[in-house]
Amino acid sequence: MNSNEILMPALSPTMEEGGIAKWLVKEGDIIKAGDLIAEIETDKAIMEFESALDCKISKLLVEEGTNNIKVNTPIVKINDNHIPLPTKNLNKENDKKNKTKKIINPQNDVHDIDLEKNETQKILTVRESIRDALAEEMRADENVFLMGEEVAEYQGAYKVSQGLLDEFGSKRVIDTPITEHGFTGLAAGAAFGGLKPVVEFMTFNFSLQAMDQIINTCAKTLYMSGGQMNCPIVLRGPNGAASQVAAQHSQDFAPWFASIPGLKVIQPFSANDAKGLLKSAIRDPNPVIFLENEILYNDKSASSEIRDELIPIGKANILIEGTDVSIISYGIGIKHSLMAIELAKDINISVELIDLRCLRPIDYNTVFESIKKTNRCITVEECFPVCSIGNHLSASIMENVFDYLDSPVINCTGKDVPMPYAKNLELAALITPEEIFEKIKKVTNLD
Amino acid sequence: MIKKNNLKSHLHLYKKMLLIRRFEEKAGQLYGMGKIGGFCHLYIGQEAVVVGVDSVKKKGDQVITSYRDHGHMLSCGMDPKGVMAELTGKKNGYSKGKGGSMHMFSKSEDFYGGHGIVAAQVPIGAGLAFANKYKKNQFVCFTYYGDGAANQGQIYEAFNMASLWKLPVVFIIENNQYAMGTSIDRASSTPKLFTRGEAFDIPGRLVDGMDVLEVSKATELAASNCRRGDGPYILEMNTYRYKGHSMSDPAKYRTREEVQNIKDKKDPIENFQKHLLNEGLDEDEFKKIDKEIKEIVSEAADFALESSEPDLTDLYKDIYLDN
Ligand SMILES: Cc1ncc(C[n+]2csc(CCOP(=O)(O)OP(=O)(O)O)c2C)c(N)n1
Ligand SMILES: [Mg+2]
Repeated sequence: MNSNEILMPALSPTMEEGGIAKWLVKEGDIIKAGDLIAEIETDKAIMEFESALDCKISKLLVEEGTNNIKVNTPIVKINDNHIPLPTKNLNKENDKKNKTKKIINPQNDVHDIDLEKNETQKILTVRESIRDALAEEMRADENVFLMGEEVAEYQGAYKVSQGLLDEFGSKRVIDTPITEHGFTGLAAGAAFGGLKPVVEFMTFNFSLQAMDQIINTCAKTLYMSGGQMNCPIVLRGPNGAASQVAAQHSQDFAPWFASIPGLKVIQPFSANDAKGLLKSAIRDPNPVIFLENEILYNDKSASSEIRDELIPIGKANILIEGTDVSIISYGIGIKHSLMAIELAKDINISVELIDLRCLRPIDYNTVFESIKKTNRCITVEECFPVCSIGNHLSASIMENVFDYLDSPVINCTGKDVPMPYAKNLELAALITPEEIFEKIKKVTNLD
Repeated sequence: MIKKNNLKSHLHLYKKMLLIRRFEEKAGQLYGMGKIGGFCHLYIGQEAVVVGVDSVKKKGDQVITSYRDHGHMLSCGMDPKGVMAELTGKKNGYSKGKGGSMHMFSKSEDFYGGHGIVAAQVPIGAGLAFANKYKKNQFVCFTYYGDGAANQGQIYEAFNMASLWKLPVVFIIENNQYAMGTSIDRASSTPKLFTRGEAFDIPGRLVDGMDVLEVSKATELAASNCRRGDGPYILEMNTYRYKGHSMSDPAKYRTREEVQNIKDKKDPIENFQKHLLNEGLDEDEFKKIDKEIKEIVSEAADFALESSEPDLTDLYKDIYLDN
C-alpha cells in the first residue's frame, strides 16, 4: 500500500494516458484539498487537477512537459498518509490488463498497412481532418455555417470545431440551446432558404430528439415537392459506443439512417476519408448524415496522411487486397477488422478488407467483385444484429452472386442488448478482434 | 415541513447535505483512480436543493431527475453503498452495474432515475403525477431538471398537459447557471425560468437554492398546492455547481474567482452550520457528525471496491420480463 504518492488521474472517459502540461506546485509546498496540483493534458483538453486532501509535496516525480504517462502512474510524492490511493494489488490488476491488451495492441500503427509513408506529409487525426474540412468549405462558400451545442465558445464538446469561432465569428459558428428538435428543424428551414447548414449533434444519441425533422422533413421534402425544394444539410457528430457511458449514450444508428430514401449516409474510418467525404457532403445538394466516432477521433489506426481530394459519396474503398475472405466493414469496424487480419496473417489466411465508407448509397459492385474473387464473406459493424447493414448485404449477395459463395456469409455485429455500463459487460457487448478472427476461421472451415 | 427551532430535524438536514458533499468528493477521487468510468456529474454546491425538497417529501411521493443524480438518491434514502457500487459498475449496485452514474433507480424509495437524455425525465415526471391522480392517492411527483434542459420543447408539452389535467407535479428547475459551458444568458431568451409556466397558467417561484430552509418553505407551498388538487407548480432554485460539468470538463468558461466567491459567500453547508451554531448547537456536535459521515462514505467506497463485477451471464438478463 503506497499512500504517499499521487497518481496520474483519469480525467475523461477515454483517457488512458496523460501529460504534465504544467506543474502548479513546487517541492516543499504545503497544499490544501482543492488546491491545484498541475495542468494535465488529456486526450481531449488541458485540465486542472486538484488535490484530494491536505498534504505536503515532497517530490515531483515527472518533469513538466512529459507526455504519455499511463493513468495510475505515480507523479508526485507527498508526506501525507491519509490519501486513499489504489493499493499495490489494484496496480497489479492494471498491469495485467495492459499485458492482455498487448496481444492485440489497439495502438498498432495499422495505417502503415494502408498508406505509403511519406515523411514530408503530415499525418492528421480524424478530429483534425474534420475540422479542416469544415474550415475549408466555410472559406469556400459563405453560405456554409455550423450550429450545435457547445460548438463555438467551448470549441466543441469533443473539440472538433476547435478554432472555428475565432476564424469565422459567431454569425457562422453558432452555439444553440439544448433543443435538438428545434434547431434541426430551424436548420432545415435555413437550407430551404438557400443556406448550407452543418448541424453538429453533440452525439447522435441526441439526434433521436430531432428524428422527425430528419426523416419527415430533410429526407422527404424534395420528393413531396416534385423536385422543387431540396434540403442541402449535413447532420454530423459522433455515433456509436464511446467508453462506459451506458445504454442511452452508446448506440450505432448507421442502419437506421441508411434505411431512409432521401438521405445519404456516410461513416468514415480514416482521417483522409473523413475529410474528403465531409467536403463532398457539404457540397452535396441533398441531406447527408455524417457519422463520426468518438474513439476514432484521436485513434492512431485511423489517423492518416491527407491527400486533399474530394471523395465521391457512394464509393467503397479496398483497404487491403486479399484472396481468401472478404471482410466488408465501415467505421470503427475497420479498426477491429485490421487487428483481426493481423491474427489471420499468422495462420496464412489472406483477407481482403473493404471499407464501405458510405451506407447510402452502398457500393454493391465493389462488394460483389470482391466476393467473386474470394468466395467468402464476413460483414463487421458495431450496430445491433437485427436489421444491420450486414443483414442487408447478405440478402443482396445471395440475390446477385450466390453461385460464387463457398460458404454462408457471416454477420459480425454488437450484441443484441442495450449497452451496459460495467466495463466487463461493455467489452462483452461490443465486437472484438478475437470474435472476428473466430469468424474468419469459421468461414474458411479452419475452426 | 421543518418546524421553527426544531434542532433535531435541522441537524438531520445538515447531515444529509454533508453526506452528499463527502460522497461526491469520494466519487471524484475514485474517478481519478479509474474506478469509476464514463460520465460522472457531481452535485457539489447544490446540496441544499435536494435536501430542502426532500424535507417536505412524504413516503410515496416520487422523485425523478437527470444524470446529475447522486444527491437525489442519497437524500431520498438510498443506500450509499449501493449507489457507490453502481458508480464502480459492480454487481450489487442499484442497477446491477448496468446503469452507472447516470442511470440508477430505486422502486422501493420511489426514485425513478437517473436519466441521460436532457429533459426526457420531465414528461415522465408528469406521467408519474398522472398515475397519482388516476389512482386518487395524495402523492406528488418532484420532477427536477436543469437550466439548460429548460429550453427543450418537451417540457412545454408536459407543462400544458400537467396544467390542463391538474396533475400533482412540482417542476423543480435546478438553475446552477450553466449547461455544460453555456451560461444561462447565452441559451435562454429570458433568464426568468420560473415564469415560463405563465402561458400555461402554472404558478412559479424563484427560490434561494443555497438555503435549505428557504427551499423547504417553498416546496411546502408547492406540494400543498398539488395535494389540494390545484395542479402543477414551478420552483426555480437558484444554485451553483462547484465542479466541472462532468469529470472531463476543463471549465474554461468561468473564472476561478467566480467559483471561489460563491464558495466563500453562499456555501449551503457552511452557512447552515453557522446558522445552527447560532441556534445553540455546539462545535463538538459537528465534529461528531463529520466523523460519522466520513465513516459512512469510506464504508461505501470499500464496499464498492470490494464488490465483484457483474457476471457475464447478466449481459442478456433484464431485457424483457417473463410473463
Ligand atoms: C438531448 C440531449 N442533448 C444533449 C445532451 C448532452 N448534455 C448532457 S448534460 C448537458 C447540459 C445540461 O445542462 P443543465 O440542464 O443546465 O443541467 P446541469 O448539467 O447543469 O445539471 C448536455 C448538453 C444530452 N445528454 N441530451
Ligand atoms: Mg445547469
